Amino acid sequence: MRIRVNGTDHEVDFEEDMPLLWLLRDELGIHGPKYGCGIGQCGACTVHLDGVAVRACQVWAADVGAAEVTTIEGLGTEDAPHPVQQAWIDLQVAQCGYCQPGQVMQAASLLNETPNPTDAEIDDAMSGNLCRCASYPRIRAAVRRAAGQEGA
Amino acid sequence: MGLGKIARRSFLIGTAALGAGVAFGVYSYRREGENPLRAGLAPDAAALTPYVLLDPEGVTLITPRADVGQGAASVQAHLLAEELDVDPAEVRLSPGPASPVYHNGKVAAEGMPLAAWDDGFAARTGRAASEVAGKLMGLHLTGGSTTVPDMYDRLRAAGASARETLKAAAAARLGVPAETLRTEGGRVIWAEGALPYAELIPALAEVEVVQDVPLRDPSDWRHLGRPHRRVDIVAKSVGTFRYGGDLVLEDMVHATVVTNPTRGGGVVSMDASEAEAMRGVEAVLPITDGAAVLADNDWRAFKAARALRFEWGGAGPRDDSLLEMHAAALDGDRDSAFTDEGDVDAAPGKRIEAEYRVPFLHHAPLEPATATVRYTPEATEIWVATQAPIFVAEAVARLTGQDREQVTVHVLPAGGSFGHRLEHEWVEQATEIARQVPGRPIRLMLSREQDMTHGFYRPMAMARGRGTVETGQVRSLDLAVAAQSVAESQLGRLGYPALGPDVAIVAGAWDAPYTLPDRRITGHRVPATVPVSSWRSVGASHNGFFLESLMDELIHEAGADPVEERLRLLSHAPSRRVLETVAEMASWNGPEGKRGVAFAFSFGVPVAQIMEVRETSQGIVMDRLWIAAELGRVLDPVNAEAQLSGGALFGIGHAIAAEITFGGAGPEQQNFDTYESLRLWQVPQVEVRALGSGGSIRGVGEPGLPPAAPALANAIFAATGTRLRRMPFSAEMRFA
Repeated sequence: MRIRVNGTDHEVDFEEDMPLLWLLRDELGIHGPKYGCGIGQCGACTVHLDGVAVRACQVWAADVGAAEVTTIEGLGTEDAPHPVQQAWIDLQVAQCGYCQPGQVMQAASLLNETPNPTDAEIDDAMSGNLCRCASYPRIRAAVRRAAGQEGA
Repeated sequence: MGLGKIARRSFLIGTAALGAGVAFGVYSYRREGENPLRAGLAPDAAALTPYVLLDPEGVTLITPRADVGQGAASVQAHLLAEELDVDPAEVRLSPGPASPVYHNGKVAAEGMPLAAWDDGFAARTGRAASEVAGKLMGLHLTGGSTTVPDMYDRLRAAGASARETLKAAAAARLGVPAETLRTEGGRVIWAEGALPYAELIPALAEVEVVQDVPLRDPSDWRHLGRPHRRVDIVAKSVGTFRYGGDLVLEDMVHATVVTNPTRGGGVVSMDASEAEAMRGVEAVLPITDGAAVLADNDWRAFKAARALRFEWGGAGPRDDSLLEMHAAALDGDRDSAFTDEGDVDAAPGKRIEAEYRVPFLHHAPLEPATATVRYTPEATEIWVATQAPIFVAEAVARLTGQDREQVTVHVLPAGGSFGHRLEHEWVEQATEIARQVPGRPIRLMLSREQDMTHGFYRPMAMARGRGTVETGQVRSLDLAVAAQSVAESQLGRLGYPALGPDVAIVAGAWDAPYTLPDRRITGHRVPATVPVSSWRSVGASHNGFFLESLMDELIHEAGADPVEERLRLLSHAPSRRVLETVAEMASWNGPEGKRGVAFAFSFGVPVAQIMEVRETSQGIVMDRLWIAAELGRVLDPVNAEAQLSGGALFGIGHAIAAEITFGGAGPEQQNFDTYESLRLWQVPQVEVRALGSGGSIRGVGEPGLPPAAPALANAIFAATGTRLRRMPFSAEMRFA
């Protein structure tokens, strides 16, 4: 079976019920998406399917089909960070950092669809992503900053 | 057996610890340990102090306190860099080896009944004795918000010593006086050029290490005291930061375990036939209390683990009997009465009484417990995120029968901890597995369900509060707290007895700097039942709630203002300062039907918070939170704010919705669907002021937590008239 991740095609052999998260982590060695709960409660595994945020632990790899998978590794790099990643850097959002790949992917998806979100839209979009360190005030500010909202 | 081991064999808590330093004497305390970086040092490298390593590639700073998200790596790097004149972003960082040289001099004092505000002779003597004990015991340990207070002088001194030694080496090589040289950006600068530190490695062999270098005045600092860029912030923002579960070693086997939800109950029978037949499964192996699945990836291991069929032995505790034990403990003998002033039983005034309680809580860092172990009869290597690497090494050596020297711990950064990674049960499990497949690295990752149901929890606690009010003032206060002993549980797992009263049962209450004519705080120890552990802010995590709820009830009964009356009762200047500051930040004008205030003193840090809530048709909404704290000195304002805010919100999230309950077959919560956590839409606007008004420098990871839940409960009382005396609050109050 073929799967396209971060612009690269991979030929893989896996069980039909293997979640995308584990295909990425264990078979392709893409470790940005994290395992936190396995039941779609924490959002640490968030990736994009055709630009839309999904919980990679809840998507069977076999169902990805021709959709383009983007992980945090495909969003930006240390040398050329995505605007959301840059906002996360500028505002020093991360503490332990384990949830942040998922937070960043969720925020990037929100801004794809809603470039200038209201506070309520930010809260709605981001509330599926747990941060046990409770870096939430900075997450909120960083989404606003990435959206180009002044005063963030 | 080394001296440290002997000292730890008789690890003392409470008043008994005061004697430990005296007993072992000053002679051995003064002996500096061998620099652990010298072992196996490459011939072209140099170890300048245990904290600065030079090799041809450049400088490596050793940051031995574990970074669990609280920013320990960054602050340690900046403390070293401030004196060493390197850019923390341009050098390598390493947590270094497990070594008693990296002992924690401050953490043992947390186990002693010494109020951090007390500067009297006895308290100073006790603190000095505890530093000796920490060194003798070789407590290489991260915890108790001690990284900054413990490392503030040590790391700057190490950086200064390394810098002056490099200058001496450069002076010898160049044939010029050291006084003509200066340092900048990892180079020694002289009249005609600059020498990178790494080029001085051969010359270092010719000079003595320069000791006792005066430290720079804070007015000359270039890094400390202003916002740092966290050393890990870029990697953590672009997804390249690597945790224990991302480690890949050649020929590695993926493993997960399933063990009895009632720890120690054992296995009556197991059927592994279905699991063993599944794709990718290499083996199902017995381990203590359960079994391990070995597979070619994590998911296949998890999937096969779910297919194991067990009949467990043993009967677990139940919440109803646990509550009875706590009530009985309150009726029974005291474990401590560190505060007992006046006569609370005879205090005049109108009397009120209330009972409070909090449930067990899991640390539940988002990265589940993970450990990688490779065992051979000659040596065992461990890769793990841990706050206590020597304890890990000793536990593994006990299991393998090897000498401590045959066990190497590689400390990894952690995806959160909150105290969880003071424990190491999963390292022992990984070792059990590794011994059955010698030579192959085993990477054990717990499923969220295994991790959640096999925590070492924040103890359940129950309190009875009494007090009197007269003439519009709070006159007396009597708080009795019952809980299991964290020290007894933790030290018991390490094989050491815990003697003396447990300070943690009453921490944050007995040492609150309130002055009343009649005041008593007593601790009551509940018999050890459920294994318990240090959870962010430890005893103060419940006592902040108990004391500040009782105080609020008394103040309300007295008809006084919650800020004014606390100020009247607080005798400690920094504590008054934070309360005055937070009142000013919030433009406090009384509860106004929406606001609550709370104050707590923990880990030497007074913190005051005001919460503002609103009752809506959907339930309570938290609108604003103001936080003021006195840290003595603020090394990084960004991290101070993040930790104070994060600590408060962590406390609030658990207070509202989280509990671990027991129904006879182990913990009843399996994952984040039933162990609920704060989410973004609940988060109020947070404003933080971290003060640095002088005095002892303090750590900031924990003190933000204790006043948060009572500030919320007190605000909810102001808004609704309902007094919340039991966590989780959601049992009695609806939240939007």
